[in-house]
Amino acid sequence: MNAVSTSIKFLLNGAPHEVADLDPHTSVLSYLREHLFLTGTKEGCAEGDCGACTVAIAELDGVDRLRVMPINACIRLLPTIDGKALFTVEALSMFGESGELHPVQQAMVDCHASQCGFCTPGFVMSLFALFKNDVAPSRERICEAISGNLCRCTGYRPIIEAAQQATHSRIAQSMRANESENQIVDKNNLAASHPFKLGLEIRSSSSTWLHCAAADSNAPAARDAEKHIAKSLAALQRNSALDYRANDARFIAPRTLDEFSTLVETLPSAWILSGGTDVGLWINKALQTNSTILYTGEIAALRKIDIHQGALTIGAAASLEDAFRAMNQHYPELAHVWTRFASWPIRASGTLGGNVANGSPIGDSMPALITLGAEVVLRKGAKQRTIPLESLYIDYKKQSREPGEWVEAIRVPARAEGMQIASYKNSKRNEQDISAVCAAIAMTIEDGVVTKARIAYGGVAGIPKRAANTEAAVIGKPWNETTVRAAMQAMTNDFTPMNDMRASAEYRMQVAQNHLLRFWHESQDEAASLEARVF
Amino acid sequence: MNSPIKNTRKMQESPIPTPTLPLKGRGFAVGDAVAHDSAHLHVSGRATYADDVREPRGTLHAAIAYSPIARGVLRAVDLVDVLAMKDVVGAFTAKDIPGKNCYGAITHDEPFLAEDRVEFVGQPIAIIVAKTRDAARRAARKAKFDIADETPILTINDAIAANSLLKPPTIIERGVPKEAIARATHSVRGECEIGAQEHFYLEGQIALAIPHEDGQMQVIVSTQHPTEMQQVTATILGIGWNDVVSEVRRLGGGFGGKEVQPAQFAALAALAAHHTQCPVKLRLDRDDDFLITGKRHDFAFHYDAASDANGRLTAFDLTLSSRCGFSTDYSHQVNDRALCHIDNGYHHTNLKVTNYRCRTNTQSATAFRGFGAPQGMFAIEHCIESIARNVGRDPLDVRKANFYGEKTGLTTHYGQAVEGFWLPQMVERLEQTSDYRARRAAITTHNARNPIIRKGISLTPVMFGVSFNASFLNRGSALLSLYLDGTFVLNHAGTEMGQGLFIKMQQIVAEAFGVDARKVRSTTTNTSKLPNTPPTAASSGADLNGMAVLDACNILKARLAPWLSKVLQCEANDIEFCDGVVTSKHGVIFLTMQELATRATFAKIPLTAQGFYYTPGIQWNGETFSGKPAYYFAYGAAVSEVAVDTLTGEHKVTRVDILHDVGKSLNPAIDRGQIEGGFVQGMGYLTSEELVWDGKGRLRTHAPSTYKIPTAADVPEVFNVELWDQDNHVESIHRSKAVGEPPLMLAFSVWFAIADAISSYTDSRAMPKLVAPATPEAILRAMHAARAAR
Ligand SMILES: Cc1cc2nc3c(=O)[nH]c(=O)nc-3n(C[C@H](O)[C@H](O)[C@H](O)COP(=O)(O)OP(=O)(O)OC[C@H]3O[C@@H](n4cnc5c(N)ncnc54)[C@H](O)[C@@H]3O)c2cc1C
Ligand code: FES
Ligand code: FES
Repeated sequence: MNAVSTSIKFLLNGAPHEVADLDPHTSVLSYLREHLFLTGTKEGCAEGDCGACTVAIAELDGVDRLRVMPINACIRLLPTIDGKALFTVEALSMFGESGELHPVQQAMVDCHASQCGFCTPGFVMSLFALFKNDVAPSRERICEAISGNLCRCTGYRPIIEAAQQATHSRIAQSMRANESENQIVDKNNLAASHPFKLGLEIRSSSSTWLHCAAADSNAPAARDAEKHIAKSLAALQRNSALDYRANDARFIAPRTLDEFSTLVETLPSAWILSGGTDVGLWINKALQTNSTILYTGEIAALRKIDIHQGALTIGAAASLEDAFRAMNQHYPELAHVWTRFASWPIRASGTLGGNVANGSPIGDSMPALITLGAEVVLRKGAKQRTIPLESLYIDYKKQSREPGEWVEAIRVPARAEGMQIASYKNSKRNEQDISAVCAAIAMTIEDGVVTKARIAYGGVAGIPKRAANTEAAVIGKPWNETTVRAAMQAMTNDFTPMNDMRASAEYRMQVAQNHLLRFWHESQDEAASLEARVF
Repeated sequence: MNSPIKNTRKMQESPIPTPTLPLKGRGFAVGDAVAHDSAHLHVSGRATYADDVREPRGTLHAAIAYSPIARGVLRAVDLVDVLAMKDVVGAFTAKDIPGKNCYGAITHDEPFLAEDRVEFVGQPIAIIVAKTRDAARRAARKAKFDIADETPILTINDAIAANSLLKPPTIIERGVPKEAIARATHSVRGECEIGAQEHFYLEGQIALAIPHEDGQMQVIVSTQHPTEMQQVTATILGIGWNDVVSEVRRLGGGFGGKEVQPAQFAALAALAAHHTQCPVKLRLDRDDDFLITGKRHDFAFHYDAASDANGRLTAFDLTLSSRCGFSTDYSHQVNDRALCHIDNGYHHTNLKVTNYRCRTNTQSATAFRGFGAPQGMFAIEHCIESIARNVGRDPLDVRKANFYGEKTGLTTHYGQAVEGFWLPQMVERLEQTSDYRARRAAITTHNARNPIIRKGISLTPVMFGVSFNASFLNRGSALLSLYLDGTFVLNHAGTEMGQGLFIKMQQIVAEAFGVDARKVRSTTTNTSKLPNTPPTAASSGADLNGMAVLDACNILKARLAPWLSKVLQCEANDIEFCDGVVTSKHGVIFLTMQELATRATFAKIPLTAQGFYYTPGIQWNGETFSGKPAYYFAYGAAVSEVAVDTLTGEHKVTRVDILHDVGKSLNPAIDRGQIEGGFVQGMGYLTSEELVWDGKGRLRTHAPSTYKIPTAADVPEVFNVELWDQDNHVESIHRSKAVGEPPLMLAFSVWFAIADAISSYTDSRAMPKLVAPATPEAILRAMHAARAAR
């Protein structure tokens, strides 16, 4: 173990920033609002569900590239920002002449996209992340990018329009593309007159970079600015663990698998923290704390996604966003569930390992993974074992993991020839809602007869679970409506769904059965001409 | 009210040499699409909300400990463990209240802190004060209550069975409903439930109380009703209203949920501040906000109705029951408003309404955009739709057959003459522009072919009476000052909660004085500047305060006129304010506003004017249920088309067309925002927003993780909004109409389109058994029932 760190270091709105003596449970949001009085970022729910607290983080991507992601500041612990660049709404217009607005902000004003304005900074930051990531995004993509932001006033139409305007803005693009070194120097002079005398050069780079759309990311000025920030970020990178202690609590972010595994084994009561999209709620809502938090997010090997002959090995700490993108390449049929899974900022923070390890009966990645025959790589100390994912889940909140054993990776096999796959999620609201039922079906049909079938569901049992009776009812049978109806009947022996505020047991069962029926409809030839889904 | 001074914005007619003019051209007065006054602050995070105000040094934080039991005797409160917690400074209960422990919107029947009884899960019992918010929240969970629980009354049915009512049923009877129904050739029977709705203002409830010298208290509260906050602060502390200042610059959303609901938090923060003599901030966690505060009333109704063969309604016998929660709050006004709106543009001949106002052991239901009107309107729309299905006509035709008019009648069921009724023309136009008939035909064809996706379409109207039923509340006030540098500062009774009130008010000043609306500074709404104000509610903010602002402008101009006519050497009638200067119609002399202000001050003319307004000619008798409660009506209509997934009950709104009447718009951009926002909020109300209480009265949906308001993808890609361009027929502020609430009801078209899709199972001949909100589960259930009934 390395020396204890007394501080966390990151770039805040372009300038180097150091934090000490702060309880490691502190969220990014509390820190910004209560300690720095940067009150532009708002709290609407403190549970990742409203987006009022959205901020952006940039991480080093390779040597001199930056990758921008939106995150929910309310459930993200501050120590996880160590070594990253954090941008808040204040940054977007803090450098320009007399508060010149960022193209995203200007578009929001021009489109009358704010009313009470409380949600607005969050939307601005989600749109900023979109502006940095996507060239000319479609309306669908825009909606997806802001699915984690709630607005109670506007009805969203003007916000979608602002997004289109900002990300398609030719003027902004050409202007930024032509910006020369000289103009950067001008900005530097400008920054000099700014009340904060910190890191002027880097601030001006930030300004140039912040204002550059994804379309212009290769423009010379943009590249220079990006390199500049990347350089300052590189300087903050640690090559050994961060072991930060304050207020009788400890936050450890190891860099290697071995280090991490040893810590998990020796500190059995410590929390494992990945994206914190579950853990953040324990802190904010259940008011829980832990004297030791072990963070997976800085272990490069754990964030890797390897693809070998179509088989994927997804490191447990790979973000949901990255994991889903990788899986989409091979299993595009799953996109339906992935886009309805939480929101962009949740998927950017949350990890596949966290989803699997948490093992919630309403976790959305497991039905699909189980259906594809995924395996989970478990590790304890130096020992590794690989088991089928479905055998991880025994009963509600009961797993076959041993104490000290943690999730290292998820293995998704290569696509089998001739396999038909579908995934369905449904909930009260289309976007950013927890499933009532989540289903995944994989089937091989040869000469009209089902030869292989794997069917798994979420939301209908205490765990994510395979529908064994249903599978048995189709395998070896002709693939026709009679078989499907019989299998739907058999499904009642597979599951005893729960009754709660999201849906009744009857509804869940009915919909679970209907998903199979839909799969059958969609497998028919006329499916192409048939509208079978509303989303 | 009419000033002798005319004003114009037309530059070219002015003989003034242009180069010296501070403003070029027009663009920022009444009728212009000026951006929200705070838009640039919203987008940059610089707009200050209550929680963003820099806390005074030593500010303490509070949290509430509340009842876990829906109903019972509160025998003892044990705060020992609370006080032992780290950083806790104090904990206060009802016993610590120096003043009175009661308040309420109108009837003062709610305690700030429960005393000997608890009446709902979430009722505040103690307020805990600590050095940090986190410490206060932790400590609050350590409170122990000894409660002897009793069986709670939770539902409308429970309450009616137990005769737990706020007052005996209200009954309205017009004509001979029973006979008409008995005689009728066509009759229908229907029933439905329309659930509650959480306001879900993005900014939760918050109050900051700051003690000042000599027992005075300042409260900064996110509220639509600063005067109420002043009042409750005085009440709980037992001090005079003149010892309290209440203020708010802006709210992060209100929707009715910050009218009376913040009173408890303002008062409790003040109580804690009083005892600790430190500033105290009480900012609710979202879950607590859901659990403690009141919501929209849920209603249940059933009816018998009769019609002729064309669907013309001949009798309506309606029983309409509401769940009011544990206290009175605004429940009587909300129910009255529901009863006033069971016409929604349709004429009633024979009518009976029986209205129950149920007292239950749940949060006290309160004001919410629409204020009862949606529920009343929903009942009549349900009936009209049932009649249409029954007589086998397109619901649109039946709607048209029932509108007020020469043939049907032009008097409402409460005796108000219907004037300026252009709803039928609007519906006619929307039918054309939305291509309703062709789409209806296409949908019928689609439904015959597609086994999985069913489509539906509906056009529903809105007729909304504008004014508070309580006539005395229909007043506005304003304070306008011109400073020596030529800038205006404006204060009025209204609060800014996103509805764009401030910019509209600035536009009125801009229009009157020929200045740029964006340069008029609006200040916080503050009870020490304008006292005794009504809440900003009932869509009335711009109507009432706009007239008051205009009055202030006119007073100031009239006061300046004699002096100006001397300075400008012209008749008072020829004085013109335009483009930032004052001049005469034909003269060459002009003064900039700065020169005007400076020279007028030397001439000893006061440059502050107070304006006042009350709505003329309205009155209301709640006993006889008659009068003229509405100054005028605002109209609208919407067509929605939906696609319903018959396997899951999920739906998607594929297209919406809206035509809405805002009179002569003060600001078309702001008005469009209200229309779209109201529509989407209404859509959530009727589809995804479901509040679920369990059998013990515990609200299970108390955060955005379980309570689902619409997101961006729920908004249809085709979303056409058009403003009906016609001056208000009565004298309203620049002939505009109120726009806050009416658009919410446009969303009925979504619910009825879903019902239409389900009805296709019965060849459109039966009204489906669908409830509101139409969640996927509710839709699937209704679909099964429709199939079974086929
Ligand atoms: C607003 C919101 C929306 C959401 N929507 C969805 C949704 O639509 N579908 C869905 O399935 N989920 C949803 N979730 C839940 C959550 O995002 C997922 O469960 C997520 O995948 C958890 O990953 P994480 O990295 O954030 O986990 P964390 O919160 O960091 O950890 C979760 C749990 O797993 C443990 N853990 C984490 N990593 C490991 C590891 N490598 N080995 C062993 N244990 C580990 C932690 O100790 C903890 O117990 C939502 C959450 C929020 C806040
Ligand atoms: S405050 Fe709602 S998502 Fe963070
Ligand atoms: S503008 Fe009020 S919540 Fe979006």
